[in-house]
Amino acid sequence: MKSHVWRPLYVVIALVVGLLVFRFFYVPHDFGSGKRGFMYSFHRLSNEAEWKEQPAKYGTTGRERMHEYCSACHGAVVKVRSENFHGIIPCEDCHGPAMNHPEAPEKLNIDRSRELCLRCHTNLPYTTSERKRIPGIDPKGHNPGEQCVKCHNPHNPKLEDMK
Amino acid sequence: MDRRDFLKKCVMVVAGASVPLSALTLVDPRKVLAANPDIQWAFLVDTNKCAGCGFCVKACKTENDIPLDANVTRTWVERYVYTKDDRRYVDSPKGALNGFTESRIDLGKGEFKEIDPKNVGKAFFVPKLCNHCTTPPCTQVCPVGATYKTDDGVVLVDRKWCIGCGYCIMACPYAARFFHPVLKVADKCTFCYHRLSKGLQSACVNACPFGARRMGNIHDPNDPITQIIMNERVGVLKDEFGTKPQAFYIGLAQEVR
Repeated sequence: MKSHVWRPLYVVIALVVGLLVFRFFYVPHDFGSGKRGFMYSFHRLSNEAEWKEQPAKYGTTGRERMHEYCSACHGAVVKVRSENFHGIIPCEDCHGPAMNHPEAPEKLNIDRSRELCLRCHTNLPYTTSERKRIPGIDPKGHNPGEQCVKCHNPHNPKLEDMK
Repeated sequence: MDRRDFLKKCVMVVAGASVPLSALTLVDPRKVLAANPDIQWAFLVDTNKCAGCGFCVKACKTENDIPLDANVTRTWVERYVYTKDDRRYVDSPKGALNGFTESRIDLGKGEFKEIDPKNVGKAFFVPKLCNHCTTPPCTQVCPVGATYKTDDGVVLVDRKWCIGCGYCIMACPYAARFFHPVLKVADKCTFCYHRLSKGLQSACVNACPFGARRMGNIHDPNDPITQIIMNERVGVLKDEFGTKPQAFYIGLAQEVR
């Protein structure tokens, strides 16, 4: 064959080789797939560990676990709370994330806003949803602008025990 | 010893010697399971218990560093209101980050619809999140191999490898993916993979006061979540897409999709 055929062919071969070399260095060597095959799980395998290492912020303060997590220091409050309607609300929902508390954060940033209470206690006329069980107010009529915690005790919300 | 006996003994010796030593050791099934635990995470939403407080959304955004004021979220709560004259309204203002504190329906584009309380037929709340499908369309379309399904059934995004092309966001039939406004990559619910691997509940499950959200290992028949999925009437979203979602819903309505 003549050189005008070979010359562009050399260029193409050089390009392919260059691409393969670049790919060898650029693509991480742990690219692979698990038991689900290439269609659903072709990925950098070390990324799974990266996700696992992300720091957690919230502890475990749900209905069942708040006694073992918060009681150690705040036992009295946890006891009052867990015997009340609000005992189902995890402590961290209002008190904020407390994974490494009391080291870091040393002091929790408590959300005392009216908006926090209104999440559940806005009166919505939905007789078929879970909302119907929760006593609700009209946010525009019931002391607008005031913080709920000024009158109501969030740990013991019974109206008889109001401060 | 005649020839017959000699051959018999030879065969026995050879057969005995060919049994590998490892075949004679007793296998402890618990050790095998611990080395290779068969975990398949599944989510269970009880829509009957949801009161639309939005604590799950707040906890998710805080835990996973999703900007609170940006209009993107990994999980959200939808409100469905059916009126007695058979109109249906759905809304989810800010993904219910602050719950539902108004009775009017957010129609979008700054328009609101006030519904007469006497006209409200049925109304309920439905929490939504990534379904972590068994055959996820989002991972199929990724051109660079940045999103994938792990062996324990969680769909993740490789933030270092994602180029932010947005194919997966379009491919998800449930609109569970979004573009992370800070990191500029695709983002989605991870079932709080970092918390699961530390033995903690995911942030939204932990935050739910009503027990409307739960998680379990669907490959463990004794798991309470698996028991419910096996024995009670549960549904999945958009079954006809063939994605085999792993988020199961109790009390689904036809309009919830």
